[in-house]
Amino acid sequence: MKHLLSTRDLDRDTAIGILDVAEDMADVARRAVPKLPTLQGRTVANLFFEDSTRTRLSFEAAAKRLSADVITLSAKGSSVQKGEGLKDTAQTIAAMGIDAVVIRHPASGAARVLADGGWIDAAIINAGDGTHEHPTQGLLDAYTMRKTRHGEASRGKDLDGLRVTIVGDILHSRVARSNLWLLTTLGAEVTLVAPVTLLPTGVATWPATVRHDLDDALGEKPDVVMMLRIQSERMNAAFFPNEREYAREWGLDDARFAALRPDTMVMHPGPMMRGLEISAGAADSARSLVLDQVTNGVSIRMAVLYLVLAGGAA
Amino acid sequence: MTARPVLQQADIDRAITRIAHEILESDLGDSALIVLGIPTRGVLLAERIAAVLDRLAPGRASVGALDVTMYRDDLRSNPTRSPSPTRLPAGGIDGATVVLVDDVLYSGRTIRAALDALTAHGRPRAVRLAVLIDRGHRELPIRPDFVGKNLPSSITERVNVRLTETDGDDGVEIDGGES
Repeated sequence: MKHLLSTRDLDRDTAIGILDVAEDMADVARRAVPKLPTLQGRTVANLFFEDSTRTRLSFEAAAKRLSADVITLSAKGSSVQKGEGLKDTAQTIAAMGIDAVVIRHPASGAARVLADGGWIDAAIINAGDGTHEHPTQGLLDAYTMRKTRHGEASRGKDLDGLRVTIVGDILHSRVARSNLWLLTTLGAEVTLVAPVTLLPTGVATWPATVRHDLDDALGEKPDVVMMLRIQSERMNAAFFPNEREYAREWGLDDARFAALRPDTMVMHPGPMMRGLEISAGAADSARSLVLDQVTNGVSIRMAVLYLVLAGGAA
Repeated sequence: MTARPVLQQADIDRAITRIAHEILESDLGDSALIVLGIPTRGVLLAERIAAVLDRLAPGRASVGALDVTMYRDDLRSNPTRSPSPTRLPAGGIDGATVVLVDDVLYSGRTIRAALDALTAHGRPRAVRLAVLIDRGHRELPIRPDFVGKNLPSSITERVNVRLTETDGDDGVEIDGGES
């Protein structure tokens, strides 16, 4: 694997391979010394042109557990604010001898541009590009679902027949897209639930069932309910009347949460807007896998860094 | 190019039984005894050795697997390898006598990686090495304690170990090189 740009171009075997390596990485975290020497002497650059807490920390922790050196650039406080373009930043980074670039950027396709631009010879890992994809989030969600379903016997398995309902701001969500492509590749059935204003045009061509009524969708007793954050920073128009109405129609409130099957997996990619798309009761319940998602994120990112960096020029 | 058989199934069985006896002879009995195989075929050999140990001294030894992929020094010069699970006894390896098991001992680099991997899991009292085949050509100061068969070889030759669990039958053969 040279780059990780999207989950759409991952085939089933490659995806399961990444999840299996992540299982081994998770074992490392439970040892006396939770660190591997594998990427000694390699340098990973985190380029974050958009705010992020958990993804940046997660990639940094993953790289350090594999003994790579990490340098981090966030848009605030860098020459990006002086108007430096992606190409110049990339070339500057390349001149420093970087082996892998983890990039988050507000423009869809930014990671692809970096991979295909010929400015830099490093492995490129997409950590979220606009509303396009966030592949490591899709992978860690799939990992979390597989682990919750199969436990210790997870290795080699897919998500055959798992019914996953993704609720909320599908229009702006790269998480929903990365999940949709990956989950369907792994055999899961995906239902998307959102108001018409928060669905992209062309959603009818996606391999998913689309619904507008949350209660109808939850009435079908899905195995997984994934709530998405309302991305107000990308909302340049009125997509719904007000927050209270959104919470009433499309929020996972206490009543809806109580009606779920007891073994339903409740997931959220974070950061959560409590009281808006998810109630505090649902977010903090034992069925909520939000913190497992964060823990598993480090294992997935270790696996991805290992797979793009460890192999030779074969 | 000729493939020359070196060991048959009966020879492999005998070698494993002898290694198990030697492990017990050198066992001081003052610490836990853990047989750890190195994936892939080392794990199978470790399980066979542990089965014999269990017949000779029931309950004395436990068995596991130690993956060394992440500790190899040749990761950059090879295609990406997929790691295998590491399985250790519940009590860990601190203070135990660990017998590492691999199928073929050659440069010694896999064993170097295994020693580093062990350090990350704990501090054994002693580490021993058992191999089915020692073919020579060491590149590091490492020697085995228990050897199934010493097999002088040329570096142009290949030693192939087949075990029933992965390859359908038991056997060792050597091929290639000048005939």
